[in-house]
Amino acid sequence: MTTKDDSIGSSRVTWEGCSVLLDINDGERLVFARLSPNAQLKIGKKNCSLKPLIDCPFGSVFRVDNGKDGPYLSLVVHTEEVEEGGNSIQEKEDHVTTHESKDNRAIVDNNSAQNLTGEDIEEMRRQGATGDQIIEALIAHSATFEKKTSFSQEKYRLRKQKKYAPEVLVRRPFVRRILKSIKLDNLMSDNYMRCDSLSLLLSMANITAYSDVLVVDMVGGLITGAVAERLGGTGYVCNMHLGATPYPVDIVRIFNFSNDVCERIVHCALDDLCPGQNGSCEQVQKMVSDSTNELDHMEDVPAEENTTSADVPCTTASDHEVRKSIKAGGKASEELIKSWKESGFSSLIVAAPDMDVWSIMQKLHPLLSYSASFAIYHQYLQPLADCMHNLQIGKMAIGLQISEPWLQEYQYFSFLGVVDLNILLWLSFLISISSYDWYFRRTHLSMQMSAFGGYILSGTKISASESKVQ
Amino acid sequence: MIATDPSEKLSLYRRIREGDLVIVYERHDSMKAVKVAEGSVLQNRFGVFKHSDWIGKPFGSKVFSNKNGFVYLLAPTPELWTLVLSHRTQILYIADISFVIMYLEIVPGCIVLESGTGSGSLTTSLARAVAPTGHVYTFDFHEQRAVSARVDFEKTGLSRLVTVGVRDIQGEGFPDEFIGRVDSVFLDLPQPWLAIPSAGKMLKPDGALCSFSPCIEQVQRSCETLKTKFTDIRTFEVLLRTYEVKEVRETSCQGDEGGSFKSPPRKKRQHSTEKGNVVEASGPGKIMAKPCGEARGHTGYLTFARLKCLPLKDNQVCSLRSA
Ligand SMILES: C[S@@+](CC[C@H](N)C(=O)[O-])C[C@H]1O[C@@H](n2cnc3c(N)ncnc32)[C@H](O)[C@@H]1O
Repeated sequence: MTTKDDSIGSSRVTWEGCSVLLDINDGERLVFARLSPNAQLKIGKKNCSLKPLIDCPFGSVFRVDNGKDGPYLSLVVHTEEVEEGGNSIQEKEDHVTTHESKDNRAIVDNNSAQNLTGEDIEEMRRQGATGDQIIEALIAHSATFEKKTSFSQEKYRLRKQKKYAPEVLVRRPFVRRILKSIKLDNLMSDNYMRCDSLSLLLSMANITAYSDVLVVDMVGGLITGAVAERLGGTGYVCNMHLGATPYPVDIVRIFNFSNDVCERIVHCALDDLCPGQNGSCEQVQKMVSDSTNELDHMEDVPAEENTTSADVPCTTASDHEVRKSIKAGGKASEELIKSWKESGFSSLIVAAPDMDVWSIMQKLHPLLSYSASFAIYHQYLQPLADCMHNLQIGKMAIGLQISEPWLQEYQYFSFLGVVDLNILLWLSFLISISSYDWYFRRTHLSMQMSAFGGYILSGTKISASESKVQ
Repeated sequence: MIATDPSEKLSLYRRIREGDLVIVYERHDSMKAVKVAEGSVLQNRFGVFKHSDWIGKPFGSKVFSNKNGFVYLLAPTPELWTLVLSHRTQILYIADISFVIMYLEIVPGCIVLESGTGSGSLTTSLARAVAPTGHVYTFDFHEQRAVSARVDFEKTGLSRLVTVGVRDIQGEGFPDEFIGRVDSVFLDLPQPWLAIPSAGKMLKPDGALCSFSPCIEQVQRSCETLKTKFTDIRTFEVLLRTYEVKEVRETSCQGDEGGSFKSPPRKKRQHSTEKGNVVEASGPGKIMAKPCGEARGHTGYLTFARLKCLPLKDNQVCSLRSA
């Protein structure tokens, strides 16, 4: 397949064996999947084949429909929706300006308002009704729908749509989206890194094509993957482990990296680059092979098992095509290690939440080229302050700066204008009108996003050979 | 500044050569970009520096003037360039720039459209992100600014990655030759809503757009316009707070070192490895950090959106593949 050898970002269409991020019901759930004719995804209580998702443009929306042979994913044709969407926006605005008199005081929200029973719905399903048809029927049989404000109507429709016709949006797994889903999956919740923090690390370390980037990635491969994405199959990203065992980089598998890119992701032990530090080489070798086996195992999990726990990154490597691909994160070759010893790395990123950054920096500093940029992430300020001070005193680096990123999301509403989401949350308490709350679901996600972003120490290594100059 | 083949990357062997661009670093808030030329000198408050002294030294070296003043010579990066470029307009800084590049998912090989070019601060980072095979097409309607930007990109060695066009993007939109070919569009224009329909035409399906605006009213109008053709519309503000670090010697309660409180933060310190050495009068101080006073305030709002994706016919699928 030619697509796989293209550089990432070039293909706008999915292919068999490609990894995708599936956004179910507009952020309700995010799932990673590897597309294959046999791969399945559990949505609600149903298992759907992911086959229809192969060869579709990224950004396509699918809806779960009921066929003769059970539920299947069908492509949503957006052309009409654009019109509809346009109209409904218009309606909403009209509603705001004319101060519609409907409110929810007359509505008793119990099940008796709905005349359609669960059996009725099942029967419709058996007869092959689409999700849309079920929703229309629910609305037609709702005693209260007409009395609702148009906001509530929309909310009702949306709720039913999610239940009876869930939508699946197909996304390219770029690092930003991967970050978002990791957070939702509660993977490594302590080490979770915010998108703006990661973006700063990549800039401050001057990650660019043809760089040889040294990383100490103790956050599951997030840094390694993000760097590899920026290198696009040039240069190298070397994940260095200080002890005997390489750090896991499982997250790297979620990216759609081509073989060209995977080859550029390697690991090595500190011992390999500066012999005579700690730990013996033989020990390192042994641990390396152990952990490689572990990763192998992860890829071999059968598809069925994956679909039941689809919220964690899953790889349904059922066909040989996928298996043949080069595995990212192999051990750095002797030649590479030799070349790095001689010419040094061009950039360094450290994200090692439980390590003393100064002692790491002492060891890694000699491995960097002169004028190399580095960036160190930490959730606490003090270790970075100590490290910065020591670098200054030791005349090891200049341009030293500790930064704390700050991110705020604003949401646009046609009736309120742009609103700071924090204020919006307050409004929701003050107004406490249920009609507003479907907007707030997003708010909650975003609130999480503005949570603490950590600190970054950045700087540039200087050459120590100054004395001769005088 | 940006390697276009592996031999150009930074290494311990790389020495400063005639014709190199170096960033002369006096202090973190006092830097300057200089082209190295054998016969030239740099004169500043520290004295006269001969370029010929620089040639053959590694980047990152400390070099001295006739008066024994010193500066450091750094290899240029987009971050340093943003700090030294000549401000012909308001510019974007590292926090906004980094976020834009990550959120627009700009990776090597991408085709990116930008308007206006302004002082080229963002353009330089965009070029780094699309290198080595992508390209940035940036447009400004201000002829002189476009010319100066070209001169800058020549100087920073980005001409192969960046093309500057003179064009009124709000009035005429982007050129037709880019229709359906572009991965991402960035707008920093006074009335971005006028350029959004054209941006929509240029983008590949699912392509991403970002508009930077200092005022919330601009954001509102942009969002209104975006709604028809775009989805995932989200607005952010990104700021950076920086910290200063000092070694402070505190007087302990029992302390008989009454005088130490008055002494300024110390510059020198015994290394902890040299144990047993207690000669120093008043043990090591504590390293403390506090936020810097002059935090950079509001710059603007970043509004992102993604072109809605219409279902494709089979032949279109093929063409997107090979694109
Ligand atoms: C604030 S500057 C952009 C700064 C840039 N982002 C940077 O980081 O250096 C805005 C630029 O937009 C240009 N501009 C304004 N209206 C324009 C239009 N209609 N078409 C093209 N460029 C325009 C101005 O000449 C100005 O240089």
